[in-house]
Amino acid sequence: MNFSEVFKQSNQLCKVSPDGKYLATCVQYRLVVRDMSTLQILQLYTCLDQISHMEWSSDSLYILCAMYKRGLIQVWSLEQPDWHCKIDEGSIGLVSSRWSPDGRHILNTTEFHLRITVWSLCTKAVSYIKYPKACQKGLDFSRDGCYMALAERRDCKDYISVFVCDDWHLLRHFETETQDLAGLEWSPNGCVLAVWDSCLEYKVLLYSLDGRLLSTFSAYEWSLGVKSVTWSPSSQFLAIGSYDEKVRILNHITWKKIAQFEHLGTINNTKAVVYKEVERKTAVCSDDLSLHNITIGSTLFNTQSKYEICPLPVQIPVVKPDPDRANPKIGVSFMAFSSDSHYLATRNDNMASVVWVWDMQKMSLEAVLEQTSTVRCVQWDPRRPRLALCTANSKLYLWSPAGCVSVQVPSEGGFQVLSLNWHCSGDSLILLGKEQLCLCYMDTDQEDK
Amino acid sequence: MPESSLVKDIHSNECGAAPSRQYSQSLPLHRSSYLLGTFCTEQNVQECLSHISQEVSSLGLPPAWKDSAGSSQLNVVAVLNCMYDLIQLHRKGLRTLENMEVEQLKLSSNVDYLQFTSTRLKEQLEISKRENTGLLERERQLQMKVKSLQNCLKNEKEEVQKLQNVIASRASQYNHEMKRKEREFNKLKERLNQLLIDKKEKKQAIDVLNSIGRADGKRSLWKTEKTEAKHEGEMYKTILSDYDTRQRELMLENAELRKVLQHMKKDIVSILGSKKLTTKGEKPDDGCLQADSEEEDEVFNSSMESVELSCVHVREKLTNSIRLQWRRLKSHVERLDSQASVAQMGENENSDAVTRETDKEEMDRLKLEIQQCKNFIQTQQQLLQQQLSSPCDEETASLLSNCYMLQEKDRLRDEWKTLEEQRKIFERERRNFTEAAIRLSCERKTFEEDRAMWLKHQFLKFSPFEESKKFQMSKSKSAFLISESQVGSGSTTDMLIRRPSDTTSPTHCVPLATTDLHCTPSTSSTKPKRNTEHEEGLMLCNGNSCNGHAPLQWNKSEDHSSHTQEINSSL
Repeated sequence: MNFSEVFKQSNQLCKVSPDGKYLATCVQYRLVVRDMSTLQILQLYTCLDQISHMEWSSDSLYILCAMYKRGLIQVWSLEQPDWHCKIDEGSIGLVSSRWSPDGRHILNTTEFHLRITVWSLCTKAVSYIKYPKACQKGLDFSRDGCYMALAERRDCKDYISVFVCDDWHLLRHFETETQDLAGLEWSPNGCVLAVWDSCLEYKVLLYSLDGRLLSTFSAYEWSLGVKSVTWSPSSQFLAIGSYDEKVRILNHITWKKIAQFEHLGTINNTKAVVYKEVERKTAVCSDDLSLHNITIGSTLFNTQSKYEICPLPVQIPVVKPDPDRANPKIGVSFMAFSSDSHYLATRNDNMASVVWVWDMQKMSLEAVLEQTSTVRCVQWDPRRPRLALCTANSKLYLWSPAGCVSVQVPSEGGFQVLSLNWHCSGDSLILLGKEQLCLCYMDTDQEDK
Repeated sequence: MPESSLVKDIHSNECGAAPSRQYSQSLPLHRSSYLLGTFCTEQNVQECLSHISQEVSSLGLPPAWKDSAGSSQLNVVAVLNCMYDLIQLHRKGLRTLENMEVEQLKLSSNVDYLQFTSTRLKEQLEISKRENTGLLERERQLQMKVKSLQNCLKNEKEEVQKLQNVIASRASQYNHEMKRKEREFNKLKERLNQLLIDKKEKKQAIDVLNSIGRADGKRSLWKTEKTEAKHEGEMYKTILSDYDTRQRELMLENAELRKVLQHMKKDIVSILGSKKLTTKGEKPDDGCLQADSEEEDEVFNSSMESVELSCVHVREKLTNSIRLQWRRLKSHVERLDSQASVAQMGENENSDAVTRETDKEEMDRLKLEIQQCKNFIQTQQQLLQQQLSSPCDEETASLLSNCYMLQEKDRLRDEWKTLEEQRKIFERERRNFTEAAIRLSCERKTFEEDRAMWLKHQFLKFSPFEESKKFQMSKSKSAFLISESQVGSGSTTDMLIRRPSDTTSPTHCVPLATTDLHCTPSTSSTKPKRNTEHEEGLMLCNGNSCNGHAPLQWNKSEDHSSHTQEINSSL
């Protein structure tokens, strides 16, 4: 495993182009495009204000830079550095901005979610979509980029509009049976739309592409309901994580629950492997404490850590959330399937330093990773069943079915890994700190131990 | 003679008997009158007399008469008295008898009564015992009910608590949402106010250098009915193809499962068939088997024909037949189990012996293996011990010491060597780079100076004060050149040598040409200020006569160098 040197970035804005060749980072008001293999700076663009959001177009030719405070969007071209495009939303303000799947339209959501403006870069035409809903996930594009589903709210009722992304033609518009729609997500095969209600009511609705209601799923009443929903990449399973610390798996044929995963405080009676991160402070002898060593080496304060396999039964540290506060820190908020749908990684919010990995073929717990501090970011390798996670210290943790390893990120002055992204080839990782970023190259021939 | 025997009998009886006996015997005497006449006869008067007197005396009565010899005259008074006494005695006896009878009657009635009461009381006791158990039972049941009700109450309380928690969380969630919406509403109001106040409204605008083509290269179409219909068609196509793939997958799965079931059925049938031959054949089973085999053939045939059709009947037949076979197999296995348990009791030692023998063989084999392994380990240990304790001379000892690390050490040494070489190479390269950079900067400086001079020259060429300036220009130029040469040759290299640590940033270390008119954006902010200062200095120099100020220039250049020194340290 090799680590590159540390570069500057701001706002955690660092994205790899969809074709994997370029890396774009934002440093204050500048956009830096580097070549992925050599990390040489290829282009440098300057925007008018600090960049709040940056996104590659799907064909990796254009980059969108949004400055929400000024209500401006600037689009840069990689092929023609002289080309420029500036979209000013005016007094209506800007809250979010994104590309359309064809890479030629930009969708801007105005302040207070008054409307969505669709700007076309081909024709400079403008379209408006009224009454978009301000919720957890109100807009989703299907994976093949053909359709867009948008949640709307009119007259205290929830609707869903399905648009064809080609010409923004409204294909379907139907009312949903939700009290307060919180989010929607296309299945990876683009035929089913999963819609879920706010946490006050546990309700997941499944609509087919043409607007028919296929099925409703509700596990229980009254208690706080759905916290997160995710599809498996094969569209076979729909995983629903809820506030009662359980994950329910629905199958795509009958839309009924086929499995239920519980996150218990005590683990016993299972074939799963429990990895526990154990920290060990390096012993420093007195003659090492020269000034030179202290200034140059940050190894003085680095703690070595490694994984130990714990014998069952194991107690998981649980933090009880404050019962009086809204949106309590309890329940399954993070779920992710591996790219082959073989594993599901979950995190329960009141056991925030533990990551659970479930085997979807056996429908049972495969591994439990207990870290020393709160897990900040968990991502699956896009090619193989390998999980990378970080906990806001200077270490990177990797899990694969063969085992678990913790790697120290070498850097001077300490580098706290706050979030990470895999490169689309699965060969390298981008680690983001507060103001810095670092790349980690995996050994492609070496097996992770 | 019978009378005398009778008399003797009576006599013997009466002599030896207790008075009660005599009384009881006297009763039949009293009743049966035939004995009265037969006791005394003419012949045995004396005997009777003596006998009677004896009797009377034994009864405690005064004797009837004196037994005088020869007088056969009876004292009638005494006899009458005696008789009277006897009769009184008799009467007394009768009276006591009556009393006793009465007493006895009374007692017997008492006894009856007591028996009766005792049975009654016993019954009552039974009844009350039964009632008691009944009451106890009821009490137990009621206690159980109480417990269950208490449990229910606890559960209900817990549920109430849970619901209260749920209500509380929902309430906090609602409140949170309300506050959030209120905040947003307030923001909206403020924004609206701001917009109403604001005179100029910034419109939306897009500013593109040139429109770019579509991603797929095609031209965009107008929105017409045809396109709408096309979109609908495409949407339905997507849905249908998805259903198609799903149906195909399900069909494949179905076919595989059906195949598996059929194989299972074949296996079960074969197992059952073979078993039937070994065990005693039962007629009804045979009959069933026949029917079954027919049925199976049917099923096999029809299933093979309609493998694609997935007819409901065929499916049902298959599953039913499998169920039947499975049930039969289960019963057969149960029978075998029972047989095995019976066999285990005593008899069938053959099979047991067989299994036992095989077990024993296995055990022996394993034991042998263990022994072999142990021997092997022992020999290894011995060898190792020998190795460690063998006396070796110093040479080999020194060689052998850390012998395990030799290879590693060699490798590390080699790597160290290569790393050292690489480091040297890097050092050399770095030095080269820095020298090159320095040279580059010098060249740049000279270039800049030349350019500046040229520009100045050009500028002054066109200025009105050409002539007067020319002299000074040339002087200043020459002075500058002199200073340049003096400074350049001497101090620059000095500076460079004196501060090796600054070679790492060669671009900043260069003694800046004071007329560095070109400011790159990468330079620091302090430089422009210094530059202007230098410019001012030079202008002053130019304004005055240069000759007198040559030393000043020198100073200036020295200051200049110190300035640059300062710059270096600050940078």
